[in-house]
Amino acid sequence: MTIIAPNRVAADLIDEPTDRKRSTLDVALNFMKRQPLGSFGLLIVVVMFAAGVLAEWIAPFDPEENDFSAMMEAPNLVHWLGTDQLGRDIFSRLVFGARTALIVGFSAAFMGGIIGLVLGVSSAYFGGWFDLLFQRVLDVLMAFPLIILALAVVSVFGTGVFNVILAITIPLIPRCGRVVRASALSVREVPYVDAARALGFSHARIVLRHMVPNVIAPFLILLSAFVGQAILAEASLSYLGLGVQEPVPAWGLMLQGGAEEYATTAPWIAVFPGVAIMLTVLGISLFGDALRDAIDPKLRDR
Amino acid sequence: MYRYIVKRLLLAVPTLVGAAALVFVLMRLIPGDVCVIRLGSGGAHVDPASVEACRQELGLNNPLIVQFLDFLWSYFTFDFGTSMWSGQPVTHEIAARLPVSLQIAVMATVIAVAIAIPLGTISALRENTWLDHVVRMVAIAGIATPSFWLGIMSLVLVLDITYLATGKAWMPPIQYVSFWQDPIHNLSMVLLPAITVGYRYSAVTMRMTRSAMLEVMREDYIRTARSKGLLEQIIINRHALKNALLPVVTLIGIEFAFLIGGLVVTEQVFNLNGIGRLFVQAVQNQDNVLTQALVMLVVVIFVVTNLVVDLLYAWLDPRIRFS
Repeated sequence: MTIIAPNRVAADLIDEPTDRKRSTLDVALNFMKRQPLGSFGLLIVVVMFAAGVLAEWIAPFDPEENDFSAMMEAPNLVHWLGTDQLGRDIFSRLVFGARTALIVGFSAAFMGGIIGLVLGVSSAYFGGWFDLLFQRVLDVLMAFPLIILALAVVSVFGTGVFNVILAITIPLIPRCGRVVRASALSVREVPYVDAARALGFSHARIVLRHMVPNVIAPFLILLSAFVGQAILAEASLSYLGLGVQEPVPAWGLMLQGGAEEYATTAPWIAVFPGVAIMLTVLGISLFGDALRDAIDPKLRDR
Repeated sequence: MYRYIVKRLLLAVPTLVGAAALVFVLMRLIPGDVCVIRLGSGGAHVDPASVEACRQELGLNNPLIVQFLDFLWSYFTFDFGTSMWSGQPVTHEIAARLPVSLQIAVMATVIAVAIAIPLGTISALRENTWLDHVVRMVAIAGIATPSFWLGIMSLVLVLDITYLATGKAWMPPIQYVSFWQDPIHNLSMVLLPAITVGYRYSAVTMRMTRSAMLEVMREDYIRTARSKGLLEQIIINRHALKNALLPVVTLIGIEFAFLIGGLVVTEQVFNLNGIGRLFVQAVQNQDNVLTQALVMLVVVIFVVTNLVVDLLYAWLDPRIRFS
């Protein structure tokens, strides 16, 4: 087994004290120079975040307000992206939809990722029957397609934003646990873990302080992929009517019903929410790719 | 080899039992049951006595552990039960819905492999040229685009074009007919879904092919092959590609297994009566027997695909021996 020494960029990202202190600004500028596409991705994510956080101030209309005098209007100066079949402003709904998508995407990805991280590292550290049992449980959960497992969870707990987060978190846990466990297995064999054990540190301390930081590189890459997957899963669930419920504005929900019906009369109803989903996930993927290149020294000079 | 296959199949048993337990518990956790839904549909007044009789008849009043053991035992005897909703044997229900999902999954896989492997390879060989950048952008866009939205867009496009051309919007047929019976009818129904699913699938595969190929091209044996003066074509086909394909084959296998059950949303978009929609209906009707059968089917496909992938490994890489 080879152990990849954490390089300086990785060290900066996990905020460990390095001998050569570099300011955050330096790191950011360096990242932008090396990864123009990644920076573009980050820009999209930042814009979406701004939209989500400042939705009340950005959106020109109330996203739930029906204007029956302006139904299915084509994009114009008042309604920038047009209105839907109920006379609601599509741009405003997109802006508020960004909030829903980001809340669901980030919470599910972070919760699933962190639970998977702790379980995966613990499993590799303790080994034995715990590891064996953990692996069998992973096998079972991995055999379910993400959307199927999420559907089952939603059926049990009901729909709504919080339950959708839960439904997407659960299938992400094994996907993270498996990757992290594989990396952690190689870390377990390193002398400093033995040393920590010899010093009499508690299991929790060894796992959290000594092993987790050393698997953080693959974990961060995974996490960025999870955010995209979670946003796509939320959109799919909402589209099926099993996710976020009306009147909460959500991109998947905006595509539900009527998209084909209005294909010839008001195609913008179906076009813009999809573009929003695509752009957001694209931004996250581009940023994630750049992050991987920056973190993983093996791929670095490619 | 046979020993290995038997061992792998035995190892799959705990996974199958675990999946059975998981779906069993989840279905029982859903509030209400099939009797309440069946008798209460349309807002009719529900007679508690008839709900009770229905529960008794379907065995829902038995202790949970008895229900679970019954479920496991019947599967060991290859008796998959009858749907609690329609009263039809679940094998019939599934057999009626499987062909369309299977056909889309197979076609999407063929489309994905046909696009992904050549493009991924070229992209790796022409690294950092404009061709590489274009391929990578196409791939990353494929991952970012929700395939159901791509489906909606392709439908909208088809509707609009036919509307403009003929004055009447054309909709794909709804009734599934097998390819051998009526190829045109069949293809006009499944081609669009297969392409929209295949695009995303090919995007994932393309990225994997590219990165695997890049890694392999830096190996010592490629340098050796070059210094021997081998033709570049032979180096790529025989030395590089064969090694690079290992992780790609795994990915293709896993994605294929997931496609069977994961087509839920695409089937909804294209109004296809496949396995995915059957699953959603079964869960919504709280048809425990049908849901369990569908989940077990998906898990079995997953386990078998994984086994096939591992056997393919030996063919691709003779260094791998099964023990």
